[in-house]
Amino acid sequence: MRKPETASDDGAVTFLNARLLDPASGRDEPGGLLVRDGIIADMGPHLRRNAAEKSRVIDCRGHLLCPGLVDMQVFTGEPGQEHRETLKTASYAAAAGGVTTMVVMPDTEPVIDQVALVDFIQRRARDNAPVNVHVMAAMTRGLKGTEMTEIGLLKRAGAIAFTNGKNTISSARVMRNALLYAKDFGALIVHHTEDPTLSEGAVMNSGEVATRLGLRGVHKAAETIVLQRDVSLVEITGGRYHASGLTCAESLEVIRAAKARGLPVTAGVSVNHLTLNENDIGPYRTFFRVRPPLRAESDRQAMVRGIASGDIDVIVSAHDPQDADVKRHPFAEAADGAIGLETLLAAALRLHHSGDVDLLPLIRAMTYNPAKLLGLPGGRLEKGAPADLILVDLGLPWVVDKTVLKARSKNSPFDESKMQGHVLATMVAGRIVYEYA
Amino acid sequence: MTKPQPHATFARRHLLTCEGLTADEINALLDLADKAADSNRQVIKKRDVLRGRTLINLFFEASTRTQSSFELAGKRLGADVMNMNVSTSSVSKGETLIDTAMTLNAMRPDILVVRHHAAGAVELLSQKVDCSVINAGDGAHQHPTQALLDALTIRRAKGRIAGLSVAICGDILHSRVARSNINVLNTLGARVRIVAPSTLLPAQADRLGAEVFTDMSKGLEDVDIVMMLRLQRERMQGTYVPSTREFFHFFGLDQEKLARAKPDALIMHPGPMNRGVEIASTIADHSRSVIRDQVEMGVAVRMAVLEALARQLPNH
Repeated sequence: MRKPETASDDGAVTFLNARLLDPASGRDEPGGLLVRDGIIADMGPHLRRNAAEKSRVIDCRGHLLCPGLVDMQVFTGEPGQEHRETLKTASYAAAAGGVTTMVVMPDTEPVIDQVALVDFIQRRARDNAPVNVHVMAAMTRGLKGTEMTEIGLLKRAGAIAFTNGKNTISSARVMRNALLYAKDFGALIVHHTEDPTLSEGAVMNSGEVATRLGLRGVHKAAETIVLQRDVSLVEITGGRYHASGLTCAESLEVIRAAKARGLPVTAGVSVNHLTLNENDIGPYRTFFRVRPPLRAESDRQAMVRGIASGDIDVIVSAHDPQDADVKRHPFAEAADGAIGLETLLAAALRLHHSGDVDLLPLIRAMTYNPAKLLGLPGGRLEKGAPADLILVDLGLPWVVDKTVLKARSKNSPFDESKMQGHVLATMVAGRIVYEYA
Repeated sequence: MTKPQPHATFARRHLLTCEGLTADEINALLDLADKAADSNRQVIKKRDVLRGRTLINLFFEASTRTQSSFELAGKRLGADVMNMNVSTSSVSKGETLIDTAMTLNAMRPDILVVRHHAAGAVELLSQKVDCSVINAGDGAHQHPTQALLDALTIRRAKGRIAGLSVAICGDILHSRVARSNINVLNTLGARVRIVAPSTLLPAQADRLGAEVFTDMSKGLEDVDIVMMLRLQRERMQGTYVPSTREFFHFFGLDQEKLARAKPDALIMHPGPMNRGVEIASTIADHSRSVIRDQVEMGVAVRMAVLEALARQLPNH
């Protein structure tokens, strides 16, 4: 990439000689793209070699130009656990990973269950974050799963969806009412499905690996049981529902069947569950302790097929910073969670390089699909769309080194892993916020 | 004239798990333990293999017999032995396992014997210290010296282990003793069965290398060894089994069930026993019970392990 000396007067930028990939239309062709006033002003083959007048020019050298990633599951430590991650550190990590929009989860201290706290996050993000930050608010007070939050007022304040965070709502009545009530406001309910009575005390997937390690496991049925219940509740309420992180083949079947019946149900999967399995835990590696837990290889493969077929709509990083103080413990006593903003794209690209998933559906699951689900204008290459873009060298080899990651906590399961594919530049609203050095 | 046998040795720095130990390594330890057992029956029991060495017993989980067994083993080999009982309260004071390990490491022990309630904790600790580490039980993971003392007890009573049929009965799910024993007995060529109600079996138990039975009469059919496990009191009341009465009825070792085993079958239990829960009192005191031999062999095996590890210590 050629670095221009100065930006043009009106901040216009022309990307020349790019491979344009638009997950919304399916466009995948050589061309160029003009950014002006923070939006995509023009694009197409006619701009491949011709820069618009008075614009800064970036020669893409044939690399991929596509919408920036929309990551709809990012945990930070702000407010309350700033030593793990702040909105600022997370958003710089996001920019470095090609994530131009991150949706932060309400699992903070205090829990984001009030209008004032949504305002707080938005103000902090506006002042500190180089990428777009949206808030997913709590659907029950304190994430306790008993009383509904002010879904209408929170939505008006800017909450983009509603979730119970890392906690599963065990009461079917509360879930039913939340779906019904949220429906009146067109609000999306996002749910982590794991039966709390089955998963109590469990620290990994149940099976031979857990048995050998002497660790308490949770069967994947704990996920499917709640998912089936929720689908039944969607059927009687008509509320919009998104299962935040599937991990197993059986859950995929539930989602497939629900979609076949035309229910407003969608599903996500974390990149960890697409690229890692329970064997990676090896001799008690706590960086591989995540929730829901890593499953068997056959389940990982099912998740990959779900992305390839489009039955699973969204890939998230499930970025969850945990510091050494809570990770350097015996496995059963360590915290759950893995960071992922900076490795989301490269880890997901493993599926492209292995030939398991075509580039278009892979990128779509990290851009257009989550944007559409959340009602965001980004995630597409289209005239008038926000200029949230990433330029990607799909083949660039690199090795993950936690010491250079921008996230404040370093609990990456991909540390020291070899990767292929890196963002060369990240643009948010027409402004370059990250350049690969 | 016989050729000199190549001397099999145990040349590891730590003893953390039985998974992956070779038959040669196990036999080397058992041979050493045999000698220790003999010397323990002498009037003068003390040797000086560990003279000048420091052994720390670090127990995060209360234990009377394992700790005293290691203490006696260390003292009989001439080591200075210190017992540290780190109750769970110090965890709530904020000191992590790794901090504790670093603190103890600074006291320059030669061998650390560690018991911890979390699986993998001893291995984690071993990565942070300079001395040799012996796992004296970590969660539901491993308890290597127990499996070795069980193997020694069997070998001395039966003259061999290969080809024997061993039934391990009771709470397999939570048992580190069962896991270590399955490893050792399989490696030495025994056929292992596990017998338990399904609620006390771990997931995919059949993948551990043992035949699984949920009917004890069938599980004990023609076995050479009946090895009972302790059922923790808090697991008796309805969560895993409905009652102690029902558990004893179906999974307690009594005369009737024992009759299914071979007439010369040995009865074993790692202790402490719950008489009337997993084992009838009369069976515990049966002529074929080797439960007290297990305790004796415990000291011998721990001496053997200490001696083998001491050979690997610097400046030996």
